[in-house]
Amino acid sequence: MMQEYKVERLWPNPTQDTKPYWDGLLEGKILIQQCADCGTFRHYPRPVCPECYSMDFKWREAAGHGTVHSWSISYHAFHPVFKKGLPTAYITVDLPEGVRLCAPLRDGDAEEIAIGKELKLGVELLEEGLATPIVRFASET
Amino acid sequence: MCVASEDRTIPMLDLIDDNLRKDKSMGSLSEKGAITGIGETEYSRNSGRSSTRLQLEASLTAIADAGLSPKEIDGVIPYATGDTVAEDFITNLGLPDLRFSATTPLGGASVLASVQAAICAIDCGVANHVLIPIGRNGSSGAGGRIGSRVQNLPQFRAVGEFEMPLGQIAPAQLYAHMARRHMETYGTTSAQLGEIAVTMRQHALLNDNAIMKEPMTLDDHQNSRMISDPLRLFDCCLESDGAAAIIVSGADRAKDMAQPPIYIMGIAEGHPDSPSTITQRPDMTTLGTAKAAPRAFEMAGVKHSEIDVAEIYDCFTYIVLCQLEDLGFCKKGEGGAFVENGRIRLGGELPVNTHGGLLSQAHMISLNHVVELVKQLRGQAGRAQVRDAEIGLVTGYGDMGDGAVAIMRR
Repeated sequence: MMQEYKVERLWPNPTQDTKPYWDGLLEGKILIQQCADCGTFRHYPRPVCPECYSMDFKWREAAGHGTVHSWSISYHAFHPVFKKGLPTAYITVDLPEGVRLCAPLRDGDAEEIAIGKELKLGVELLEEGLATPIVRFASET
Repeated sequence: MCVASEDRTIPMLDLIDDNLRKDKSMGSLSEKGAITGIGETEYSRNSGRSSTRLQLEASLTAIADAGLSPKEIDGVIPYATGDTVAEDFITNLGLPDLRFSATTPLGGASVLASVQAAICAIDCGVANHVLIPIGRNGSSGAGGRIGSRVQNLPQFRAVGEFEMPLGQIAPAQLYAHMARRHMETYGTTSAQLGEIAVTMRQHALLNDNAIMKEPMTLDDHQNSRMISDPLRLFDCCLESDGAAAIIVSGADRAKDMAQPPIYIMGIAEGHPDSPSTITQRPDMTTLGTAKAAPRAFEMAGVKHSEIDVAEIYDCFTYIVLCQLEDLGFCKKGEGGAFVENGRIRLGGELPVNTHGGLLSQAHMISLNHVVELVKQLRGQAGRAQVRDAEIGLVTGYGDMGDGAVAIMRR
């Protein structure tokens, strides 16, 4: 019923709208768009503000922390590259900016995940040219 | 600036109320169309035939069931993300004058969105008899397995760019966040999800055209391996081979056709907030179904208590539970308790997925749900027949949250 994907690592395919986000990750920064007119943050990156329809925006570096909104724990890798380290917890994170981030949990016990738990954000270099967000429990030193 | 999900859902509900008020001044599709023909191939793990051939077999069965000649089909809506186009049906069925074709890319909600589009076309006089086929070799893989092409679909661009590269690739992984949020917020349990899986299996055992032939107990469900916590193997639907097809005709013509017409009383599609990504959805426990359902019930003019049987899209057990709430059969958060004590089993208050569903019959992207509802309302559902079923409901769900609802009567 569920077989492995017979493809290479699934790489993002950035557009002009999204490339600065991926470039930011390679510099260790999580960048979020903020509307230059009404100040609303939006994520994932896209061309227009859904509140005021302005196309002017600034990239802001995320404050770097958030709380658990929900999560899943994968026991099955749907791509061979993710078999290492199973099971893997993926957390949907509420950011203080008002948007959400989705990232794997590193160095924490999945049993301790709970809605509202404090997290800190990080960036992980997966391989040359590809960095992605990760999260850790804020209590981890 | 911090936006709590609860705050963001209120404008959405106001908007739905506004739209309902507007609907009263809009035209209604109620009783304008009917399902006049149904067809299915056998469902299996390995059909040994092309997806195109399977769809033609099911289409010819549906056309014959309606008492039509293929030459009378003047509209076709193929599956938007499948591997056939309207031209294939012109070529293979020798359709002399196809006047209407469209696609409705809503994943598992596509079929009912297609029925809605078909009724619109018929009501405007663009077409008379619209064929809606779906077929796939979702298990054996001839023509492409389901998962491997998902990243390239435009409706999955956001998930494909921002979530799949992290390792969250399969729907089971993405939907698990919704299920977990529901469990933590409302106390929903894995055993309640298991009750849905066990019910679908029990119903499949009454269906000769169901892939799953062995009984399932709640223990079997609880002992099935974890795929993406909280979803276990038996919370996930089948991948299967086969095809189904239906014919939609105008209500006036349907009266004089071969089978008792099944009239569409109400039909609607709904798209959730943040339709492309579940993680960014203000209220992760609500689907597009919540927007479609009030419109469909209003159009049909029926109460929930009048629904005799419901065929509810079941790609995952949780999605059934969530839709029961979004449809209004119970309040948000009460779906877990609702499915307990046999309420959704045959003989219960609201029999659900009397054919075994995507979980235990086959995955035909909800067209098997539509076919089953038509059989129930015609009184042709065999050992799974709900006695005196007069009014029934069917749903579709897909593409991370789109929902569609139809209410039909005999």
